[in-house]
Amino acid sequence: MIAAQEGALTQIINDRQTTTGAQPTADLATPGDVAIQVRNLNFFYGRHQVLFDNTIDIYRHRITAIIGPSGCGKSTHIRAYNRIYELYRDQRAAGEILLSGENVLAPGIDLTRLRARVGMIFQRPTPFPMTIFDNIAYGLRVNTTIRGTELAGRIEDTLKRVALWDEVKDKLQESGTALSGGQQQRLCIARAIAIQPEVLLMDEPCSAIDPIATAHIEELMLQLKEDYTIVLVTHSMQQAARVSDFTAFFYMGKLVEFGLTKQLFTKPRNRQTEDYITGRFG
Amino acid sequence: MMPQRSLRMRKTVDRAVKAISALSALAGLGALVWILYTVVIRGFRSFNLAFFTQLPTPPGVGGGGLANAIVGTLLITVHATLIAVPIGIGAGVYLAEFGRGTKIAKLVQFITNVLIGVPSIIVGVFIYILLVVPFHTFSGIAGASSLAVIMLPVVVRTTEDMLTLVPDQLRESALALGAPHWQVTLKVVFRSAQSGLITGVLLAVARVSGETAPLLFTALNSPYWLHSMKEPLANLTVTIFNYAMSPYTDWQQKAWGASLLIMFGVLALTITARLLLRQRGEHQ
Amino acid sequence: MSSWLTSETIAIKSTSHTAARLPGGDRLFRGLTLAAALSVPLLMLGILATLIYGSRLSLREFGFGFLTSLQWNPVTEKFGALSSIYGTVVSTLLALLIAVPMGLVIALFLVELAPPKVSAFFGGAIELLAAVPSIIYGMWGLFVMAPWMANHVQPWLGESLGFLPLFQGPPMGIGILTAGIILALMILPYISSVARDVFGMVPTALKESAYGLGATNWEVTRGVTLRYALQGLVGAGFLGLGRALGETMAVTFVIGNNHRISASLFAAGNTIASTLANEFTEASEPLYLSSLVELGLALFVITVIFQTLALLWLNRLKSSGSQR
Repeated sequence: MIAAQEGALTQIINDRQTTTGAQPTADLATPGDVAIQVRNLNFFYGRHQVLFDNTIDIYRHRITAIIGPSGCGKSTHIRAYNRIYELYRDQRAAGEILLSGENVLAPGIDLTRLRARVGMIFQRPTPFPMTIFDNIAYGLRVNTTIRGTELAGRIEDTLKRVALWDEVKDKLQESGTALSGGQQQRLCIARAIAIQPEVLLMDEPCSAIDPIATAHIEELMLQLKEDYTIVLVTHSMQQAARVSDFTAFFYMGKLVEFGLTKQLFTKPRNRQTEDYITGRFG
Repeated sequence: MMPQRSLRMRKTVDRAVKAISALSALAGLGALVWILYTVVIRGFRSFNLAFFTQLPTPPGVGGGGLANAIVGTLLITVHATLIAVPIGIGAGVYLAEFGRGTKIAKLVQFITNVLIGVPSIIVGVFIYILLVVPFHTFSGIAGASSLAVIMLPVVVRTTEDMLTLVPDQLRESALALGAPHWQVTLKVVFRSAQSGLITGVLLAVARVSGETAPLLFTALNSPYWLHSMKEPLANLTVTIFNYAMSPYTDWQQKAWGASLLIMFGVLALTITARLLLRQRGEHQ
Repeated sequence: MSSWLTSETIAIKSTSHTAARLPGGDRLFRGLTLAAALSVPLLMLGILATLIYGSRLSLREFGFGFLTSLQWNPVTEKFGALSSIYGTVVSTLLALLIAVPMGLVIALFLVELAPPKVSAFFGGAIELLAAVPSIIYGMWGLFVMAPWMANHVQPWLGESLGFLPLFQGPPMGIGILTAGIILALMILPYISSVARDVFGMVPTALKESAYGLGATNWEVTRGVTLRYALQGLVGAGFLGLGRALGETMAVTFVIGNNHRISASLFAAGNTIASTLANEFTEASEPLYLSSLVELGLALFVITVIFQTLALLWLNRLKSSGSQR
């Protein structure tokens, strides 16, 4: 049983190298430079602590997957990166998160600028109640002075980047909510990358869409990592094995193990990691 | 790097909107406080024993009180409640117990909601034509009827809402014991929805006890003690209207006193009802 | 105030008794309650019929011209509804113009900006404004607000904006402007309450997505929240409008009872409701009385139409579930 599980994941990793023809995933010798350094991140809901001393490096232009059983703090962890938790009164983070060297948890940090640098995709697609065009234009209109033909041009480019252009080019003035689930999620991704963030946080982005659309989005992720750093929270180890370069395993608010995906899934160092991967607990 | 919109400008706009929001909320609160304060201060000045026990004096004379109007308002409100509540609760029972989903029920629900929005002065005109003209006299009964018309849809709505909140399992288990439907409703369902039903009635009473327009040409007003409900009946709200519009300061002063009484009564009823509702909400 | 948009009726499966199968006592019970329920539509029809009956004289005498005539002369017995309709419409529009933005912005404060205890306090206070009887607003309006308007607000408006015909004329305190402002205060709690409910229904993920793009609070509200809530807000506007149209006592106290149309907001005027309140008991001649009743009929019809539209709109909202 154990061997079968591990074998399946190993198979995925091996397949990935041959079929996509992609560059071998990074190895520890040349992981790339660090986009985000998290140091001793602790997180509290009121008086209840949910994250304990998380320390991790997120490498630039790589996909880092965060896996673990539900409720272990994966989403909470990445939501600290863009400080979206600040919307809620009793949520609090302590520690350091260095985005390109700058600590974003520091008091003087401007949240709007931070969030323009760190984009977020959610579990369920969240198209705004406006046209497809306006959905993507939203971030650009709010943050930049780009308008008119340049704006339209950028929107077209972004839609092409997420492989949505051909499907929607004739209905840009239709509501964003009229698209299928997979299309909506790609719309949300387009909306996020339109403002050229440094990092993309993806919180279980495929959990509400069908397998074919999931495959498209995974393919998209692999292409997007050329330009963006991607942090992917996922409950699917297979997905992590398919797309990520690095994987972090979380359990009960603690970062248990972090390393190259290949290594974590084939030769996990930690007992708990191995138990999770082999399905001893979910 | 794309050309950025000025962050300072965006933050300024954001802060300005937040300030306007807070100021507006403060303005709303301020208006309420201003009104309450005015009524309390000015109204209190006319409170004395005479105010509560004596009949009105002619304008300019001073002294006297609004005892008949106080009693009159209470009488009219009680009569209106006695007319509207049984019918309203009956209708609410039909909507919640028998008619759910039927076309009749949907029609009645819709019209009830429309009726709630009918201006109270129109109700006054309606009752005038119906009950004043044929009998050639203004009367307390006409006044009570117009208030009852206003109360009715409110009671229907709240009764239906409250009864529908009672879980069906309760009904089913009582029916399963062989009890007839009317008994189940009156004994079991009503008891369960008790505080909600009372709240509904309180809110309806609160709504009408401050009403003036429907009484203007039904109950009219009177400087005398009540003889019978078939005659014009003194009441606080029409008194306020008449006195306030008059040029006599002692009358205007009494109008403030009456206003304080009315406002106090209405707010006390409303707040009690709301507290009861919240208490109920915590129980669920 | 119970929320318009969240109360649901539970469809019952168990009450499938047909009338024939009910025992005698229950049949009587059901019959009685049905009669009570039917009293409501009967009442509605009764009001309409009675109003038409009461206005038959003036309907015959003036026909449609009643609605467009500016005349109002009890002596020559020439009556027309135009000045009343004008006053009703203008004061209502003014009230909406003030109360809708203000109500929205207050709802914003209550839902997004204020900490929970502050929000509950302010929310309760503003809802209490709805419980204050109309005549109290009238008293306060006449004796407190009108002098304030006459001594401070109107002179200031006349000075700064006097080039507009809207703000010309003597600052008397009473008039259409004051009436509009008091009406605004009276419908404010309705608008703010519905807006609050609707704002609360915007899914958090949607808002987080907008914030996640680096938008400020206001940018998120304007771009996402308001758009999502738009239909509900229109319903709120309708409700406020319906309420303002029929409001009597507060307006009667401060509008001045003048049957003329003036370009200035400072001028006195009248609404249908205020005319009824002021003149009904004075109307000695049958035609006079009939004209007044016809005014009432007009108001009844207008209010019912708006109320129906508002309800249909809000019902459609409820059934379509999530808003677009």
